[in-house]
Amino acid sequence: MNPKEYKYTPEHEWICPEPGDKGRIGITDYAQSQLGDIVFLDLPAPGTQVEQSQKIGEIESVKAVSELFTPASGKVLEVNQLAIDEPQVVNEDPYRAGWLVRLELSKPSELDALMNSDEYDELEARLREESPE
Amino acid sequence: MEHYLLPDIGRPGKIGCSLPSLDVTPAELPPKELLRQELELPEVSEVELVRYFTALSKLNYGVDTGFYPLGSCTMKYNPKWHEDVAQLPGFASIHPYQPIGSVQGALQLMFELQEYLAEITGMSATSLAPMAGAQGELASILMVKAYHHTRGDKIRNRILMPDSAHGTNLATAAMCGFEISTVPSDDRGNIDLKSLESMMNEEVATLTLTIPTTLGLFDPQIAEINQLVHQRGGLLCGDGANLNSLLGKVKFGDLGFDCVQLNLHKTFSTPHGGGGPGSGPVCVKSNLADFLPSPLVAKNGKDYTFTSPTKSIGSLGAAYGNFGVMVKAYAYIRSLGAEGLKEVSENAVINANYIKEKLKAYYHLPYDRVCMHEVVFSGKRQKAKGVKTLDIAKRLLDYGFHPPTVYFPLVVEEAIMLEPTETESKETLDAFIDAMKEIVRDADENPEILHTAPHNTPIRRLDEATAARNPDLRWEMGKT
Amino acid sequence: MSSPYLPNTDADRRAMLQEIGVSSADELFQDVPQKFRNVQFKLPPPLSELELKEELRQLSDRNANLDDYACFLGAGYYRHFIPSVVGHIIGRSEFYTAYTPYQAEVSQGTLQTIYEFQSLVCQLTGMEVSNAGMYDGSTATAEAALIACRITRRNKVAVLTTVNPRYSEVVDTYVKAHSIPLEMVEPDSVDLPLDCACLIVQQPNFFGYFEDIKTYTGKAHQVGALLIVIVDPISLGMFRPPGDYGADIVVAEGQALGNPISLGGPGLGIFACRKEYLRQMPGRIVGKAVDVDGKTGYVLTIATREQHIRRERATSNICTNEALVALAATVYLAALGKSGLRQVAELCYHKAHYAAEATGKLKGYSLVFQQPFFKEFVVRCPTAPQQINQALFQKRIIGGLDISHIIDNGMLLCITEVNTKREIDRLVEILGAM
Repeated sequence: MNPKEYKYTPEHEWICPEPGDKGRIGITDYAQSQLGDIVFLDLPAPGTQVEQSQKIGEIESVKAVSELFTPASGKVLEVNQLAIDEPQVVNEDPYRAGWLVRLELSKPSELDALMNSDEYDELEARLREESPE
Repeated sequence: MEHYLLPDIGRPGKIGCSLPSLDVTPAELPPKELLRQELELPEVSEVELVRYFTALSKLNYGVDTGFYPLGSCTMKYNPKWHEDVAQLPGFASIHPYQPIGSVQGALQLMFELQEYLAEITGMSATSLAPMAGAQGELASILMVKAYHHTRGDKIRNRILMPDSAHGTNLATAAMCGFEISTVPSDDRGNIDLKSLESMMNEEVATLTLTIPTTLGLFDPQIAEINQLVHQRGGLLCGDGANLNSLLGKVKFGDLGFDCVQLNLHKTFSTPHGGGGPGSGPVCVKSNLADFLPSPLVAKNGKDYTFTSPTKSIGSLGAAYGNFGVMVKAYAYIRSLGAEGLKEVSENAVINANYIKEKLKAYYHLPYDRVCMHEVVFSGKRQKAKGVKTLDIAKRLLDYGFHPPTVYFPLVVEEAIMLEPTETESKETLDAFIDAMKEIVRDADENPEILHTAPHNTPIRRLDEATAARNPDLRWEMGKT
Repeated sequence: MSSPYLPNTDADRRAMLQEIGVSSADELFQDVPQKFRNVQFKLPPPLSELELKEELRQLSDRNANLDDYACFLGAGYYRHFIPSVVGHIIGRSEFYTAYTPYQAEVSQGTLQTIYEFQSLVCQLTGMEVSNAGMYDGSTATAEAALIACRITRRNKVAVLTTVNPRYSEVVDTYVKAHSIPLEMVEPDSVDLPLDCACLIVQQPNFFGYFEDIKTYTGKAHQVGALLIVIVDPISLGMFRPPGDYGADIVVAEGQALGNPISLGGPGLGIFACRKEYLRQMPGRIVGKAVDVDGKTGYVLTIATREQHIRRERATSNICTNEALVALAATVYLAALGKSGLRQVAELCYHKAHYAAEATGKLKGYSLVFQQPFFKEFVVRCPTAPQQINQALFQKRIIGGLDISHIIDNGMLLCITEVNTKREIDRLVEILGAM
């Protein structure tokens, strides 16, 4: 379920490397299922410089607010206007159409230390077991 | 019933009241650029507006409709004669700035209420200025800040509060520029003393505690907590939201609190009004009395005046607090006396424990011990069957009950927080208990009816997600 | 003697205690250390409803009420005509004994009326969105200042000196909590610093006259600050709404809309702003929604701003507001409608100007300000206003606000549609004869 080629953080963000030292960021399927119906996204402006693990935005559902942390350092190139206009796409397709932010990576090697999909699958399985839906 | 709003029933030329004609020579109009060209408001006759609002009222559920066991809200019965008394012209038609000699009755009422609340909480002084509990909390935290600064202690930038704290406690602390640290609870639902020990240091201004906690539990370690906090130079602030369990029996002051804010619209029976008005007076010990929000009412021989404490944190409103609410709370205290207040808390606590005993076989009870005026269950047994606390709450509506508070406090999974109050009969409680039992049966045999509840209400579950994504917050008239 | 508010009998209690497994209520307080339990409370003995009604009536009789006196006092709290229909609607217990409408399915009465309130406030003020109300006009102003700081990410607040001094005091209490400085600015020398978050003005101002508001809009926006305007909602029946001249946030005291003065509380804080600040707005907001059957309904929405979700990062700590007072305002505006509100405003305007002209002509009295005004104006009196008010009170008249600490022998007089020509003539006559 969690794409093999992506990397993951313990805060349930993913990053998909793109050619030319770029990366696309989003939240995982587990994250969107925990949040419930997403209603609003607060994302950084293009041009913003960000540092790994820094809070760069917020994701609001009807009953909760979640902070969005960046898995990597770099500069914001663009944000997903479709997701801003129709936040439900993040619930429906968190790994593709529901991407959030595109970065130009300043330290691409940061990705090596992130979780791979097997490790994240394990984390997710453990969390789901602890509080079954 | 077809849905409509005021603009739908309005027509040009209608009016819902009659006004006198001008009885003086009209003056010259002001410059045109000051005047408004258009005023677009619905025009409705009195008959139509009465029918409209009457119809809307019938879609509402109030305490007068039935059981309303919201935790920590204390939805007790609102005595009717209080409503009459608050409308006496001598209380309703008085101006805050009219000559003070002409409102001595009002000031006397306020002065006596100050005294009663101080006595009830075991404190030295009261300010009636805060207009709601949250504003009372703001006053408390501002006083704590001022107290430390006056002593030259400026490094206390942190406030401690338990993990079960109400959201207003945190929001208030942030409004006053404090950092917040959360003290964990132990598995009995009490403050983890060891954690408190390690967190309570010279950077902490105060520990804010709701007593009993939002779990409905009285922390028996209160004397140790009090000692620990004060020994290390901190203050102990009380959130009096749950005072209904202690009325006439226990004083906040005796427990060691330096200040406590009250909710007249909870404990003292003034109506909730659909969300307000409330009143959140704050009572303090003598160490904080100089910092109270203005004004206080003082007595000088036979005369009453307004005074401002020497180091007051300032004014919280343009007048003196919600006087109209104070009148009702005053009437309540005078009608009960000390014995009556004790009966209130004892009955409230009996009612909550009764529900706890009858339902603990059916719903998971995270803390199996004596509770106070409210009990917190967890819906986790039902969740394992695919039924959420939300479904349970919505299904209760079909039985004609307002649901308890759900999903708070955050420390309990699928929390169900029940406060029956003392004004409910055993018959009502038994009917409610039966409904809760049936819901457990339905969770096993017919979960679908719970997932799709409510069925019998004027409106069913609303699509809150779409409402939040595409907010429609008003109608518009007169725009092209 | 059993209380009418305690439905359980001794037999009920005994049965319940037995089920619980204790022999007395006191046992249920076992977690409270013995020494703290069952202490003495010194309170007056309880009285029955009959006895108490009499006592409270006596207390209320010791207050001079505005039904028995001619009142020329305003300064933020106003005696306006309240149609009887308002009291009857808010007296329906389905409205007044309800809680905050968190369970939307059984709260459509409250929710729909709030939606109406929000809409009416926007229509009146010319703003795009409104919340469900706040405590009073002064705290709505204070919260607006804090929100402006949040939006602009700046830490300075400017307030015009012609704003109600009590409002400035409350704003000060709130911004001080955040260590945000408040600067009082004179109307004729507004030079806003570049790090100013907002400029707060009142229209008409505390002294009753209209400010040259366009200048202030310009000055505020020039430095990127928000313009916060405090209005008199009744004036909006006749005068240009702040939405028309660039206000970013509009606040007001809503007491005048169908509510008794009640010694200044409960009041009603009105808060409306531009759409772009929606997610920064404090307080509850109601939105339209659809249920599973496709029926239209209403629900509390965008609650992620509020304390119960965002906790320490909430836009405000506000929880309880003034819902029933807002309902009264809604019924009032519905009853008056477009022509009624305009009529009330015009009655106030013309009567106030009649009174001002007559008073200004009296020996020793002069009108202090020449600018256009609505229903309040300042006169300079021949002697201390306090003395004059004492004499007026003997004649069953409540005079204007003594503002001699701001303007020499100054008195702020207020005329509303409730003041008759006869009352005004009598006031002028008595002042003239002093």
